[in-house]
Amino acid sequence: MLEIRGLHARVGEKEILKGIDLVVRPGEVHAIMGPNGSGKSTLSQVLAGRETFEVTAGHVLYQGKDLLALAPEDRALAGIFLAFQYPVEIPGVGNMHFLRTALNALKRQRGEEELDAMDFLTLIKEKMKLVEMDQSFMNRSVNEGFSGGEKKRNEILQMAVLDPKLAILDETDSGLDIDALRIVASGVNALRRPERAMLVITHYQRLLEHIVPDFVHVIAGGRIVKSGDRALALELEQKGYAWVDAQAQAAPPARAPVKGARA
Amino acid sequence: MSTSNPAFEQLTRKEYEAGFVTQVESEQIPRGLSEDVIRLISSKKEEPEFMTQWRLRAYRHWLTMKEPTWQSVKYSKIDYQDMIYYSAPKKRPTLNSLDEVDPEILRTYEKLGIPLDEQKRLANVAVDAVFDSVSVATTFKEKLGAMGVIFCSFSEAVKNHPDLVKKYLGSVVPHTDNYFAALNAAVFSDGSFCFVPRGVRCPMELSTYFRINAAETGQFERTLIVAEEDSYVSYLEGCTAPMRDKNQLHAAVVELVALDRAQIKYSTVQNWYPGDREGRGGIYNFVTKRGLCAGFRSRISWTQVETGSAITWKYPSCILKGDESVGEFYSVAVTNNRQQADTGTKMIHLGKDTRSTIISKGISAGRGQNTYRGLVKVQKTAQRARNYTQCDSLLIGSQCGAHTVPYIEVKNSTARVEHEASTSKIGEDQLFYCRSRGISEEDAVSMIVNGFCRKVFKELPMEFAVEAQKLLTVSLEGSVG
Repeated sequence: MLEIRGLHARVGEKEILKGIDLVVRPGEVHAIMGPNGSGKSTLSQVLAGRETFEVTAGHVLYQGKDLLALAPEDRALAGIFLAFQYPVEIPGVGNMHFLRTALNALKRQRGEEELDAMDFLTLIKEKMKLVEMDQSFMNRSVNEGFSGGEKKRNEILQMAVLDPKLAILDETDSGLDIDALRIVASGVNALRRPERAMLVITHYQRLLEHIVPDFVHVIAGGRIVKSGDRALALELEQKGYAWVDAQAQAAPPARAPVKGARA
Repeated sequence: MSTSNPAFEQLTRKEYEAGFVTQVESEQIPRGLSEDVIRLISSKKEEPEFMTQWRLRAYRHWLTMKEPTWQSVKYSKIDYQDMIYYSAPKKRPTLNSLDEVDPEILRTYEKLGIPLDEQKRLANVAVDAVFDSVSVATTFKEKLGAMGVIFCSFSEAVKNHPDLVKKYLGSVVPHTDNYFAALNAAVFSDGSFCFVPRGVRCPMELSTYFRINAAETGQFERTLIVAEEDSYVSYLEGCTAPMRDKNQLHAAVVELVALDRAQIKYSTVQNWYPGDREGRGGIYNFVTKRGLCAGFRSRISWTQVETGSAITWKYPSCILKGDESVGEFYSVAVTNNRQQADTGTKMIHLGKDTRSTIISKGISAGRGQNTYRGLVKVQKTAQRARNYTQCDSLLIGSQCGAHTVPYIEVKNSTARVEHEASTSKIGEDQLFYCRSRGISEEDAVSMIVNGFCRKVFKELPMEFAVEAQKLLTVSLEGSVG
């Protein structure tokens, strides 16, 4: 489903991703862990198409196609969903209107009939149960005045409605208390499907107690330095990120850019 | 923000949709301005002597005045002798029957989405259509007349209701008020007149649709609305003009009078031709609008959506004379390409417990310049007056400008005046958030901007709010990138 090869990316002059390799198949849940500044969030944003980051080398195939050639909206329409670490506020734009616009864009793309307000309301009511949100959220502006936990729940709600093929959760657990974490995680678990892949990016092991991954990768210094299964996350928690940093030092230098996008 | 985007580049070239010219024979007077020209206009309109004298007084005063220069707009000098002050479609309609209006003109309004045929009107809206210098049709006159509501062209009002005109004309905006108001008083050719008698709640939206068609003419119309005790009226004006590469002057005056407990809601959707991308052509929209809350608990609300014109210079204001009267100003002003807007309001508190609210949303894109200029004045007599002002500016791109110039004068210590202001750019993060949900960049811009303007749009009558949103989207097309 997703194949990342030798991915390098930078913001300004600063290189952040220095050769990421990763393969994700349908139904798999991959956790990506790493210390702050290791490039976890950059990877998620590069996959979603944020133009702040410039891809300097490597390629990404999504369902056999060149993902990097697509605009962000086209990636979304192709079934990629990014749950933001910091969901953005859009004053004056109703949450319901926003989500319906997004869903209908997707339906147009698929050649399906768009949902009117009534049908959408029926759908959203159902999906809201998943993240224990009440309807008052729908009448508020997108993320405006939402608490940290409400924002993250809203992300998962969007994911439930947009029904992606590949979901990338960028530090969805950050800033959540125990209860909110439980709600968000159970929402995510309910959305696990044999055909849906997930990339769960997190700093802490605790999220993975709720969302159990098939694979765990550790990023340090812009590269994946260690991959394993669930046990790796536990080991990481015991030994701390210093252990990973040491591994990163020992790892061979990044491969030279394969495809020089820019001289 | 991302740099060039081909989709946006393309949309930028989208043409002004109302920019066509109607082929209709018109009667014009020679260029230039003099006492003779004013007498000629007055005689063409078969006006009583008091009107002719009123015009001449204004003209003589105008000669002593200087064009204002304090506003933050730039334009080349206007040659007032090189302009045509009166232009009317030749076939003069009998104003009571639509059948006699030139079918070309009816088609013009049809094309603009304003069918004048009452059978075709879906919405509950009465329209007075002003084409160049004269009113060509007023719909639903009889239905309104049955309730005592007078809604007609200004010319008719002068003929049929001279006492009302005499009593209220110039009572809110005297001819001495400012340069453009004086010019208007001297040469105004038509406009709308509306009178709502005591206790009547006007059952439909009243609207005037202004259309400039002829080239090199100025449009000078005057609107006067009087709401007697305990009455209510909601009024809307819309404006368009053909695309021409010469600038045209539009200098209108609007006067509103609200007596005890009367309420006037005045909404404007202004879409005069804004000029091309390089700033050639477009309307100079120099307008004086003022409402007098004369009575106890009277209320006047101005709502404006200003998307057109090369230059907009207007400050719809309220004089809050009656105790407990309320003034409101809700504004969205958009400047794209080379458009300039210097707009805002004045709230003059005279009565006790008067309240005013100002919500101004300025949007600048391209090389547009947008200035909010406002005055909140609380006089000694205005015990416990309250004002709340919120001015927000949204910038799209890096070559535009937004400026806020609020003046506050308070002479009564019991007054409470609040002012909030913000300036923001459409965030790259907001755009990316929308796009990552599958919403295209242009839809995202439109959604974010409409969200920004929501507080103002919700003040508009329903059917016009939809129109305003569409207009806003069209005006901003091509602004990102």
